[in-house]
Amino acid sequence: MSLEAIAALREPVRRTVYEYVAARAEPVTRNEVAEAVGIGRTLAAFHLDKLTDAGLLEAANAPRAGGPGAGRPAKVYRRSAAEHTVSVPPRDYRLLAGVLASAVERVGAEPAAYAAAAAQGAKLAGGDAVARLAELGYEPYQDGDRTVRLRNCPFDALAHSHPGLVCGLNLAMLEAVVGDGGHVVRLDPGPTGCCVAIHSKNNHR
Amino acid sequence: MSDHHLAQLNIARLRAPIDSPDLADFVARLPEIHDLAERSPGYVWRLQDDSGDATAFRPFEPDVIVNLTVWESVESLRAFVYRTAHLEPMRRRREWFVPLDAEHLVLWWIPAGTLPSIEEAAGKLAALRRSGPSAEAFTLREPFPASIDDRRSETT
Repeated sequence: MSLEAIAALREPVRRTVYEYVAARAEPVTRNEVAEAVGIGRTLAAFHLDKLTDAGLLEAANAPRAGGPGAGRPAKVYRRSAAEHTVSVPPRDYRLLAGVLASAVERVGAEPAAYAAAAAQGAKLAGGDAVARLAELGYEPYQDGDRTVRLRNCPFDALAHSHPGLVCGLNLAMLEAVVGDGGHVVRLDPGPTGCCVAIHSKNNHR
Repeated sequence: MSDHHLAQLNIARLRAPIDSPDLADFVARLPEIHDLAERSPGYVWRLQDDSGDATAFRPFEPDVIVNLTVWESVESLRAFVYRTAHLEPMRRRREWFVPLDAEHLVLWWIPAGTLPSIEEAAGKLAALRRSGPSAEAFTLREPFPASIDDRRSETT
């Protein structure tokens, strides 16, 4: 499935369609995609359906705004929550990560894991913090409160199975990546996305 | 609506007596976390004494505290565990608790409208430790559905 998913992205227009949908916080309609990418509606629909078939996008019927006569519900698309990893030859680092996380919990070595994460974060730090977070796959955005939130958790599956450890490790790493330049990095989990948020220090909440 | 609820037991061995300075941070956070749980979607019940606390219950060992709760579903429990401010004390648990050398959290299904007893919970934890996750006693990492009937009713 994952190889199929990657193959679906080989076509340049389709990849542009995927990247547009994936970057949007809200589900998008075919018309929005057609307009944004500069292609016809039929072609947009074709690529959106191919991406959905490959498991890269999820389609749903959005309740239409407006009263009677608003027409049938528009189909909307958003990035699928499914993860796709491909390594050739096969490697399974997630399985390994799960085993190691369980071992860390079993012996109570969380503080050592947090220290190792902070050291790794310091190596990753440099330049603009938000740009660096984007490179690391966190998909940062600033909310109305000048808080930087992270739309993606790069460790989602492991955060699910070992939340205290993985989110603590992620926090320690991101504290080091962001540094102390007027920011407070802390756990502030919402229903989706990463559990870490970066608050501006001169922003009282 | 499901005719089953999810019972949850987790236990933790204290690093120091509950009234010692080492545990002060943990104890100070308890009312807030209890309140958060009670306001979380899918929360049903938790074991507590007259003061709203449960740290005085020591059914296993004198230094082992218990947390016994009931939720509507695995997803509601999971959302509370790692999608709320509960995550912060979880991150810090090694400051307060020593690791246990066996499973410390167990889940099992109970008929909706009933409450689990400590004895029942102890039996489930023992079963999990003895035979690993099964439909009788399982974990958040390897959950089991309530029953075939429940699975059918969810899709209709």
